[in-house]
Amino acid sequence: MGGYGDVQMIDENGVRADGRGPGDIRPITIETGVVPVADGSCRMTWGTNEAIVAVYGPMEAHPRKIQRQDRAVLDVAYNMAPFSTTDRMRPGFNRRSREVSKVTQDALESVVLLELYPRSKIRISIEIVSAEAGTRCVGLTAASVALADAGIPMTDLVVSVASGKINDVVVCDLNKEEDNYGEADLPMGIMPNSGELVFLQMDGDLSQDEFEQAWRYNMDAAQEIHKLMVEALNGGDSQ
Amino acid sequence: MIEQIFPASTVMNGGPVARLDNMTKKNGAAGPQGNKRGNNLVVPGDDLGDSEGFEAGHGVLVMSGRLKALKQGKLREKGRSISIEPLHTRYIPRPGDLVIGFIEGCTNNLWFIELGAPFNAILPMSLGPGKVDFGGTRSVMDIGDAVLCRVQEVEETHSSVVTMKGMGLRKIRSGVVEEIDPHLLGRIIGKGGESLRRMKAETECRIVVADNGRMWIDGELDGILDVRNRLSEISRDSRGVGN
Repeated sequence: MGGYGDVQMIDENGVRADGRGPGDIRPITIETGVVPVADGSCRMTWGTNEAIVAVYGPMEAHPRKIQRQDRAVLDVAYNMAPFSTTDRMRPGFNRRSREVSKVTQDALESVVLLELYPRSKIRISIEIVSAEAGTRCVGLTAASVALADAGIPMTDLVVSVASGKINDVVVCDLNKEEDNYGEADLPMGIMPNSGELVFLQMDGDLSQDEFEQAWRYNMDAAQEIHKLMVEALNGGDSQ
Repeated sequence: MIEQIFPASTVMNGGPVARLDNMTKKNGAAGPQGNKRGNNLVVPGDDLGDSEGFEAGHGVLVMSGRLKALKQGKLREKGRSISIEPLHTRYIPRPGDLVIGFIEGCTNNLWFIELGAPFNAILPMSLGPGKVDFGGTRSVMDIGDAVLCRVQEVEETHSSVVTMKGMGLRKIRSGVVEEIDPHLLGRIIGKGGESLRRMKAETECRIVVADNGRMWIDGELDGILDVRNRLSEISRDSRGVGN
């Protein structure tokens, strides 16, 4: 967190720099079947974020030492393209992409019925094409859509959304400036049908009241995003 | 040599090799599933109502007295059983399926066959083509070779055994192997094998459609290209939602 508390990002009427109210999210589009060779895929744009996720499998796990006799393994690779940010990203794995891959994998492991495919592997590649703020949320949400597109059994979809604090006001879905100069960030992974959490991180400090407000914003946004995900999977105009 | 064992006409008409009867049945890997298509699409996590008096079929789970969708697809209600027909799924081997596999590895007495399924199948030397000496597996069929075989057995642990003992089961030496989504097979075969027969006649190719979504195509280059174009057209048409 930047901690530059003097940057004014929200006015006294609760209007943010990009014109949104405190509880508003950025515009989202979701599209499935964008990678023809993959078993399931999804392209999701969220504000100026864009992620492409491809799912392969379940397939035989190689090398054999990674196989688990009682369940499938998820192989999640989150990666940001070198051109995804204004400063060129050095290509390849880094500490941050490892962390995001790990938390995404943990979140998805709690919804995918891995025990139906022992000794196999499901490969999920998350590629961030354009990054603004909240790419881990975009990646996780798009990954759950791609898994559903691949016909992999899951108990629920996962919606991931972040709320945070800017100029002592709790707001939903931080953009780049708010993320950089804000005081806190609370990304959550939510199962929209049951309201259970599969993923929760916090950066910065929030009081209990602020935490609860951020929680409520995330839960409400999750329901909104879930509708878009269902529409993308089933098609708004399905015959 | 293949020609002698199997006159082209036998294969063209969907004789013993393609086993159309096997593939158009409802229990086939992805044969036509009847025309009573509902438009009831569900996504994972959807609540399908109280489980009281209902049975959870494919893709449905009972969780604390409620039915829950596990897959994306069309909702099917048949009597008391509620199931989901997924829009896209990987091939799951069933005993008796005709499949085209690739050899992925071998030991002294067996081959590992990749079927496009979540698990590799094994082909023991005793079920291999003809007589094979112990340790001579690799000289008969090497890694990367395509084989036409039949699923003999699927165990509870999902490991499956395939056999090459049977009519027309052999190593593929000519032509090309094309891969399509298993759920599109019904469309390629058509009602009673009509579309497949037409495709074979019009392109003058020998075509064997395997249940795991792979097709062996052999013939003149023009014919093969024609078949491939038709296949990619079918795949493209199906890409929309709800197919």
